[in-house]
Amino acid sequence: MSQITPLPDMPEPIRDRLMPIEDRGGVAQPLLQVSGLTKHFPVRGGLFAKSKTVRAVDDVSFSIAKGETVGIVGESGCGKSTTARLLMHLMPRNAGDIVYDGMQVGAALSLRELRRGMQMVFQDSYASLNPRLTIEESIAFGPWIHGMAEPASRTLARELLGKVGLRPDNFANRYPHEISGGQRQRVNIARALALSPRLVILDEAVSALDKSVEAQVLNLLVDLKREFGLTYLFISHDLNVVRYISDRVLVMYLGEVVELGPVDEVWDAPAHPYTRALLAAMPSSDPDNRTQTPPISGDPPNPIDPPSGCRFHTRCPFAEPLCGGATPKLTAIGETGHEAACYMAIAGSGHSLAPPAKGAS
Amino acid sequence: MSAMSDTALQAAPAGKARGYWKTVGRRILRDKVSMVCALVLILIFVSALCAPWLGLADPYQGSMIRRLRHIGTPNYPLGTDELGRDMLARLVYGGRLSLLIGILPVILAFLIGTSFGLIAGYVGGKVNTAIMRTIDIFYAFPSVLLAIAISGALGAGIVNSIVSLTVVFVPQITRVAESVTTGVRNMDFVEAARASGARSFTIMRIHMLGNVLGPIFVYATGLISVSMILAAGLSFLGLGTKPPEPEWGLMLNTLRTAIYVNPWVAALPGVMIFAVSICFNLLSDGMRSAMDIRN
Repeated sequence: MSQITPLPDMPEPIRDRLMPIEDRGGVAQPLLQVSGLTKHFPVRGGLFAKSKTVRAVDDVSFSIAKGETVGIVGESGCGKSTTARLLMHLMPRNAGDIVYDGMQVGAALSLRELRRGMQMVFQDSYASLNPRLTIEESIAFGPWIHGMAEPASRTLARELLGKVGLRPDNFANRYPHEISGGQRQRVNIARALALSPRLVILDEAVSALDKSVEAQVLNLLVDLKREFGLTYLFISHDLNVVRYISDRVLVMYLGEVVELGPVDEVWDAPAHPYTRALLAAMPSSDPDNRTQTPPISGDPPNPIDPPSGCRFHTRCPFAEPLCGGATPKLTAIGETGHEAACYMAIAGSGHSLAPPAKGAS
Repeated sequence: MSAMSDTALQAAPAGKARGYWKTVGRRILRDKVSMVCALVLILIFVSALCAPWLGLADPYQGSMIRRLRHIGTPNYPLGTDELGRDMLARLVYGGRLSLLIGILPVILAFLIGTSFGLIAGYVGGKVNTAIMRTIDIFYAFPSVLLAIAISGALGAGIVNSIVSLTVVFVPQITRVAESVTTGVRNMDFVEAARASGARSFTIMRIHMLGNVLGPIFVYATGLISVSMILAAGLSFLGLGTKPPEPEWGLMLNTLRTAIYVNPWVAALPGVMIFAVSICFNLLSDGMRSAMDIRN
């Protein structure tokens, strides 16, 4: 592309940018398909104790369409971040398939290629930047690893700094400790974008920022998504933020997906009692409308020994004997892709509040 | 670019690009204590290196009639020892051996221990267990005892005492290196580097080494004083240097008989050991704070 001379009053385009890995599956092919994703951590209980396992992520399946933003919400410890790390292949998984744009990772798509196509922004903006490298060097590292010449990668890094709203002349040569948290998170976003990914996983990327900065970074993410045609997987415990940015949302509880669907539909008509409790727990900005009664009681059970059946039945106000038996499967509610794993939402399941089975009188 | 409204754009222009080590260097140059210590050490080093050209008396030439002269005696500014040899010459010449067996074991142990520690910390798992449990065995012995035992088994001599001191320090440096490496390895920026597709060796070189070497280096510098004292102790016990070789520990040993007759002269080798040790210690403290560029 270097032979193209940029117009004088146009911003110089990024030369030598890494081309995103090409779209192979077409529009209808989801960018990411995850099925049966499972991660169990062994916990050694001492020399003579039986070793146990933490079921951090248990049989999680979902897909992300191209250009979509999917949110994952849930309490801390429900497996959100573990899911992100499994998708990034930063830790080995026990089971499950990850298909990127129709290509099985490891077979049709090498791990190295996957890393070009999928990047991640971490929660801790300080810990995720090398304190010994300048901001420019941190951003240029990825492209350099993938074979870009060093001067070109530095030019790209400066270009991207501008894209995330940091003037390159002021920031390129600074160290991470010399800039604020919001600026650092912008740098982390630029670093993720440096490989021209198509999917960016944002693992609590704005959670550590204060509200005004958070809003600015969220708007930046929206702008970047439009400019680069990105797809986001947005992990957060902040329901307002998830609603603002997401098209679809996944609700996780103790390592399982309990509900998923279009964000407005889940918000307006939550089908799983856990989702209802989560939404009820959202603080209101109206002082006359405070939450007076706790929407849910108790702590999440220990994931080392999760309850049988529906994992939520120990805290669920509607639990019936049925709920402690077999695990309810994610079942479609209506036609819009809204699904819930609750016997109350499954027609004819035998739960007293379940809708009657179709065809039954 | 609606998100560009914040203070992000108004930060003061940063100065010229300065590397991390340049910044550290500038900071240590401003630290007076470290600079004084460095000056003292340089003085001792240079005088030890240039001893034959300084016009000093022969450090081996003794005399029965001028034994144990006091400090300040004409021609003998620092007095003479129990065999009438010039103390100034012996102290300067003694620095050559003392510094060698004080510093060389730490350098060797730094190289060996850092490699072990990096591998144990980065690879983790069974490799870590194997290396660290082996290291633990050495920890079961007090370091002085271990040095004496190894030197005793290998026999007296300079090379053997260097070997034994190296063996004493390898476990300590390995442990520090391992814990620093493990800490850095679990940082998000290493994960991010892995996520960008970098190979282990590249991550080690670019992301780990710079963050790991500093603390290990500081720790090793602190060990030099310990090494000097242990080396002196070995010589004192007759396991290191042999008479009439000038070496501070050995000189302390032979002058001990004169401690009631001429205590000031007898204490001089100890003063040298003390000065070098404390200078290395303060210097390592200064480096530690200079490398913490966050403050």
